[in-house]
Amino acid sequence: MTRRELLDLYFMEARSKLIDVAAFMDRLERAEGEADFRFAAFAQALPLLQGQGGGRVERVLAALSDPTEDPIAVATSKAACGAWPGGK
Amino acid sequence: MTSMRYIEPHAHMVSRTTDDYRAMVLAGCAAVCEPAFWAGFDRSAAAGFYDYFRQLTEYEPRRAAQFGLPHFCWLCINPKESEDVGLAREVIALIPQFLGRPNVVGIGEIGLNKNSRNELQVLEMHVDMAARHDQLILVHTPHLEDKLKGTRLILDVLRADSRIKPERCLIDHVEEHTVKRVLDAGFWGGMTLYPETKCTAARAVDMIEQYSSERLWMNSACDWGVSVPLAIPLAALELRRRGHSAPVIDRLIYQNPLRFLSQSPKFILPGGGLEQPAHP
Repeated sequence: MTRRELLDLYFMEARSKLIDVAAFMDRLERAEGEADFRFAAFAQALPLLQGQGGGRVERVLAALSDPTEDPIAVATSKAACGAWPGGK
Repeated sequence: MTSMRYIEPHAHMVSRTTDDYRAMVLAGCAAVCEPAFWAGFDRSAAAGFYDYFRQLTEYEPRRAAQFGLPHFCWLCINPKESEDVGLAREVIALIPQFLGRPNVVGIGEIGLNKNSRNELQVLEMHVDMAARHDQLILVHTPHLEDKLKGTRLILDVLRADSRIKPERCLIDHVEEHTVKRVLDAGFWGGMTLYPETKCTAARAVDMIEQYSSERLWMNSACDWGVSVPLAIPLAALELRRRGHSAPVIDRLIYQNPLRFLSQSPKFILPGGGLEQPAHP
């Protein structure tokens, strides 16, 4: 597909998601509370969108991932939260 | 897109309504495969798994058969319940008596959840059992921040066992940061269509367009959580919007899973499953 065709197909959806991100950030800023590692990781990933040469999805996913290599001693929970707590 | 056909290779139908079976068949589903999974709460004893394996091999095939839908399953103790190695050992000991049942196609979905040492040990036990019984393997990769590390650890385990043939293993829930290493290692990859926590249809199509799709399939992995049993037909629609032809779509959503699953002698569809689709 051409760039124009892809814009016709996806621009409005991407625009909507971009505005949702902006609203999410404003909403957090209006709220009171302590800093959280999840938003810190989110904020660190935002500049990756401005890179060139493709690979943005892979870089953002990697930025939100546990970068360590060894298995953990014990699984104390089952859930994942979307960002690595060790990065705080 | 008339007469579209597809195989749903990963759906947890025990947690879905009978209406979902009907909707899937109406949308063109030709077979459904159900991996063993976590019920949303921990089972307290191996006997709970014995009942679950009976449900997967006796009750669910009957429920699907009401709509003429062939039902297959994979057996294991899911990684979310693998921290208790003693329980896992008891459950794994139950599995061989079920492997001969007509709808069991392999061991799965095994893998890792939080990437712990005990989960790794249980993964190795499952891999050993699959190798000894010459079973196909379906691997669950961890969620979100744990996926990249978990995928690396899983590939290390599989590659360390010389009995394991990559073409008989499917690594599920791949995303952009894991798909290449899975395919490059010779394994099959599964893309799970969960809008928030795994990948959207648009991203799945991106991966199909960027990587060789010979060893890729898509699945809904629908379960008791927020998930869409018709995710594959919706992804087919996305492929169509992106300009892919009906034969290409048929290859991705029907022939690819058929090719992988047919490595099990039990995965037999009416007519052999190889007839051409009705659409041009």
